[in-house]
Amino acid sequence: MFVRPFDSQQKAVPVVIDGETVMAAEGEMLASVLLRTVPFYTRTTPVSESRRAPYCLMGVCFDCLAVVDGVASVQTCLVPVRAGMRVERQHGRREVPL
Amino acid sequence: MQSAEVIIVGAGMVGSAVAYGLARAGRRVLVLDGGDGDFRAARANFGLVWVQGKGADMPAYQVLTRDSSDLWPQFAGELAEVAGVPVDYERKGGLAFCLGDRDFEARGLALHRLHNQLSAAEQDCEMLDRVALEKRLPRVEFGNNVSGASYCWRDGQVNPLRLLQAMHAGIERLGGRVLAACEVSQIERGEQGFRVATANQVFGADKVVIAAGVATKGLALQVGLDVPLRPQRGQVLVTERMAPFLPLPASGLRQTAEGTVMIGATKEEVGLDAGTTMSSAAYLADKALQVVPRLAGARLVRQWSGLRVMTPDSFPVYAQSQSHPGAFALLCHSGVTLAACHAERLAEAIDRGVLPANLEPFHHQRFSRDVRQAI
Ligand SMILES: Cc1cc2nc3c(=O)[nH]c(=O)nc-3n(C[C@H](O)[C@H](O)[C@H](O)COP(=O)(O)OP(=O)(O)OC[C@H]3O[C@@H](n4cnc5c(N)ncnc54)[C@H](O)[C@@H]3O)c2cc1C
Ligand code: FES
Repeated sequence: MFVRPFDSQQKAVPVVIDGETVMAAEGEMLASVLLRTVPFYTRTTPVSESRRAPYCLMGVCFDCLAVVDGVASVQTCLVPVRAGMRVERQHGRREVPL
Repeated sequence: MQSAEVIIVGAGMVGSAVAYGLARAGRRVLVLDGGDGDFRAARANFGLVWVQGKGADMPAYQVLTRDSSDLWPQFAGELAEVAGVPVDYERKGGLAFCLGDRDFEARGLALHRLHNQLSAAEQDCEMLDRVALEKRLPRVEFGNNVSGASYCWRDGQVNPLRLLQAMHAGIERLGGRVLAACEVSQIERGEQGFRVATANQVFGADKVVIAAGVATKGLALQVGLDVPLRPQRGQVLVTERMAPFLPLPASGLRQTAEGTVMIGATKEEVGLDAGTTMSSAAYLADKALQVVPRLAGARLVRQWSGLRVMTPDSFPVYAQSQSHPGAFALLCHSGVTLAACHAERLAEAIDRGVLPANLEPFHHQRFSRDVRQAI
């Protein structure tokens, strides 16, 4: 789907998506990593559980939600990657959080 | 000139319910609604169909509210059928949470006093202490300070946006019309009853019902009705959708059919200002966390405000003009709760052209009477 043309100046950082380690460019937004990572979606909707991927990339559509370091419903288009970040795709409705 | 038997000015909660009731009674109705920039409580409210705690020192309002609550199940069923829009109505009872022992005691006393003012009615409220409350809501972990709640079996909830949509669709299915972006500027006597004008159109009708929410005052003056009203701002927060955990609605906290949790609403005297403030968001969030601390981990997705349509004693105003018979003005701050009653009883009264004895106490004359008594 999307490919990231790494420039040689940028540092690559590893993030873990659903248990799989993926390389990201330092400073890029998590949503763009998810956009180029199979199977290309971040969450399923609470009602029909259909798949959604990042869409607006500017914090308004909420389609890019995922669980980031244990915190659910994070807008991944607003979060820069950090080395070792643990990300899980989010499925359906959340339980009332602990 | 387009004409109808009854023109309703305002397609909010009150105008839509009355128009629906009149259309169902076979009247040709025309509903003229304003623009998207208007203050519209119908699109900002909390969606409670609420009885408990209402009507202190106004038994007629207690009766009216109960009556509407009792009419709601049939009203919701019929709307779904006529309009084809389900409104997510539920009537499993509702709660008002108490924080601390004094609050619990005070709530019990207040409800008891209210009940005494209406001796003939059966008591529909009860106090649940903490243990009873936990038994009733096993999936909720309550905050330490929650001492219990009052419970009323007549309380319920509805999706207010679907309700509005259903009433509009219902009016049209029954042969009426709802026109958007038709802000009424002038109402006067015409050859056939009334002449109702917008900036570029004129309509005629035998009767005219003014239900324009906080914009009612100026229009009502044109037909000789000087109704006292002020806006009162309510701010609301809503969370992301979550798995169901709160099976009963509570005053200020309810989980919708879609799973979002609504937290509300403030009561602010700020005039015609539908803005939102950080301090109110903090106040509402704090209040909700005292009841259900685990909500701290939930995401808020929106904050908004709406303006309640308030009268000096907070009770509705239903009045027909003496100088312009056939012209009515309607105001209330619980238009969702009263929608069933408005569609049924109020529409019928307007159709007959006489407000019956049980609605008489709601004429705004009561405010001038109060003044005279005070002197
Ligand atoms: C935060 C909040 C929470 C609430 N919660 C509840 C609740 O839980 N339960 C409950 O029962 N009630 C609740 N309410 C109250 C309820 O929403 C109102 O009582 C109800 O919406 C009032 O109905 P209305 O038709 O008088 O006014 P509105 O619903 O405001 O509608 C007025 C309509 O008139 C139109 N209009 C204005 N000027 C003109 C004009 N010149 N010409 C034509 N049209 C015009 C507007 O466009 C609008 O559509 C709440 C209100 C608020 C603000
Ligand atoms: S992509 Fe739209 S909010 Fe993140």
